[in-house]
Amino acid sequence: MAESVQAQFKLDPVDNGLMLHLIGSWSYSADIPDATTLLPHINSFQANSVSFNTEQLYTWDTGLMTFLIDLIDTCEKNNIRVDKSNLPDGAKRLLNLAYAVPERKGARRRILGQPVLAMIGNVTIEMHRTWNEMLIFISDLCRAVYNLILGRARMRASDLFYQIEAAGPSALMIVTLISTLVGMILAFVGAVQLRLFGAEIFIANLVGLGMAREMGAIMTAIIMAGRSGSAYAAQLGTMQVNEEIDALKTMGISPIEFLVLPRLLALCITMPLLCIYSIFMGILGGAIVSAGLFELSFYQYYQQIQDFVPLKHFIIGIIKAAIFGVLVSTAGCFRGLQCGRSASAVGFAATSAVVTSLVLIIVADAVITVICQVLGV
Amino acid sequence: MSPTPHLQVKNLTMAYADTVIQQNLNFSVNHGEIFIIMGGSGCGKSTLLRHLIGLMEPATGEILIGGADIWTSSAKERSRMISRTGVLYQSGALFSSMTLGENIALPLSEYSSLNKEQIAKVVSYKLSLVGLSGFEDYYPSEISGGMRKRAGLARAMALDPDILFIDEPSAGLDPVSSRLLDRLILELRDSLGTTVIMVTHELESIFSVGDTAIFLDTDEKTMIASGPPRSLLAESTDSRVRNFLARAG
Repeated sequence: MAESVQAQFKLDPVDNGLMLHLIGSWSYSADIPDATTLLPHINSFQANSVSFNTEQLYTWDTGLMTFLIDLIDTCEKNNIRVDKSNLPDGAKRLLNLAYAVPERKGARRRILGQPVLAMIGNVTIEMHRTWNEMLIFISDLCRAVYNLILGRARMRASDLFYQIEAAGPSALMIVTLISTLVGMILAFVGAVQLRLFGAEIFIANLVGLGMAREMGAIMTAIIMAGRSGSAYAAQLGTMQVNEEIDALKTMGISPIEFLVLPRLLALCITMPLLCIYSIFMGILGGAIVSAGLFELSFYQYYQQIQDFVPLKHFIIGIIKAAIFGVLVSTAGCFRGLQCGRSASAVGFAATSAVVTSLVLIIVADAVITVICQVLGV
Repeated sequence: MSPTPHLQVKNLTMAYADTVIQQNLNFSVNHGEIFIIMGGSGCGKSTLLRHLIGLMEPATGEILIGGADIWTSSAKERSRMISRTGVLYQSGALFSSMTLGENIALPLSEYSSLNKEQIAKVVSYKLSLVGLSGFEDYYPSEISGGMRKRAGLARAMALDPDILFIDEPSAGLDPVSSRLLDRLILELRDSLGTTVIMVTHELESIFSVGDTAIFLDTDEKTMIASGPPRSLLAESTDSRVRNFLARAG
């Protein structure tokens, strides 16, 4: 069948030039010859022009066009004239279209490897820029909180209640699951060692102290960083893409007061409550393991915690949770407002909100631990 | 015997749940024709386009491309239809995480057997057609709205589709860019014989590129006129169609 004939060419000398016969089907699916391989033939004929014969050209599409453009560019570089008059009308029009707008000077980018020093410099500049933006954000946030205390903040109560509902009750299931399992793991790992000394009774001390002082707050904060912090960044990032943040600014409404404050307050309120819940679920998990595997009754476990885990440890854990709440919401909202104006930027904002939150949580926890140590609590 | 129309719509009814958007739509588009879907805002033009490109299933009726129903065809046939179809979305819909070159290369690597070097040549050629030579390594966020639209057209044309669907090409563009895009569409149709189905309410586009147009009405929820745009303006007896088109003069 004529249309299935493979793309071929034949060269014939004519006057001072060459006639290029295009034969067969010059389409995407065909194996199109490379135009640069023609140059040695053209040179061997010492031709100063190339013309075309398309009588045996059956079908063509972009396959032919890329060949022609390659050929024309190669010929132009070698001062060989190309006569396009015998090409199909459509091909001539497309060639005119392709060459109608010359390449803008400097448009093409040179992708070169960056020297290490330049990379370090760029990263430093970027970190400096982010640091400045964060300081501005924190100062704006402090001003918004001040306005809130004075009752002047432009924040809708309905937004606050919605954010509390989204951050609090909706997170109960996941907090229950994670905290109970963490309590069970703590009890099991501790019990294996304590059993060697016949001191299984101290499982309660280990789980109670661990959950109340550290794990309750940390696990809740990690859950909220993944759940609420990333959601805040994605929400505000999408609003940035849709120009909703710009609309707020042009209406004279501070995005910090209108969008960030409800989220900040919501996490400040819900995090301590979730932390208390998490501590009790962790202790319950420990009790299940102690009673089920190590013959420690629920009553003994309860008595041990009541006697040896004083209230101050619970209070330290709850204070930590409130501080982590501020950090998670601040990181999420900051990354959201810092977001670029594309879909990928929203994804990046959500990821970096989680990473920033986790780093801040661990650093803050270390600082609080040192302070508690110095204060002797 | 008359040749099979490139696209045929038979008794199409479009609905969102129980809300009928348009009903009893019947029209056909010939090979190489520029077909305009027009009508006021909210009449269902873009919804019709979403039905034609297979993103929404008709409530009732058939949509045939090259005689084959797009909803009852086999997966293989559907895949072949997709590879022969290009769509330019209102916003360009370029993938923001990819460069313009990667955007155009994506359908080529999915549906053709070209190697990397050949794909790079095709990408360069397609970008030159839309006046964006040398912009391969730019991200969509780094170029203007008009350029994004032209890059979207380059991606839609990547596989030399037989049929090209275009949603509101003029949306968000200045008049000069709109006319350039119209000329580009016309030039591509004339060169490659591509069938173009275009949703627009931009009157200059309708008259400058449209061979045939249909008018969708919001109140009657159906097509109330069809024919060449200038004939509709001169001869239509329906005041709604005349009023719509007369704003051009």
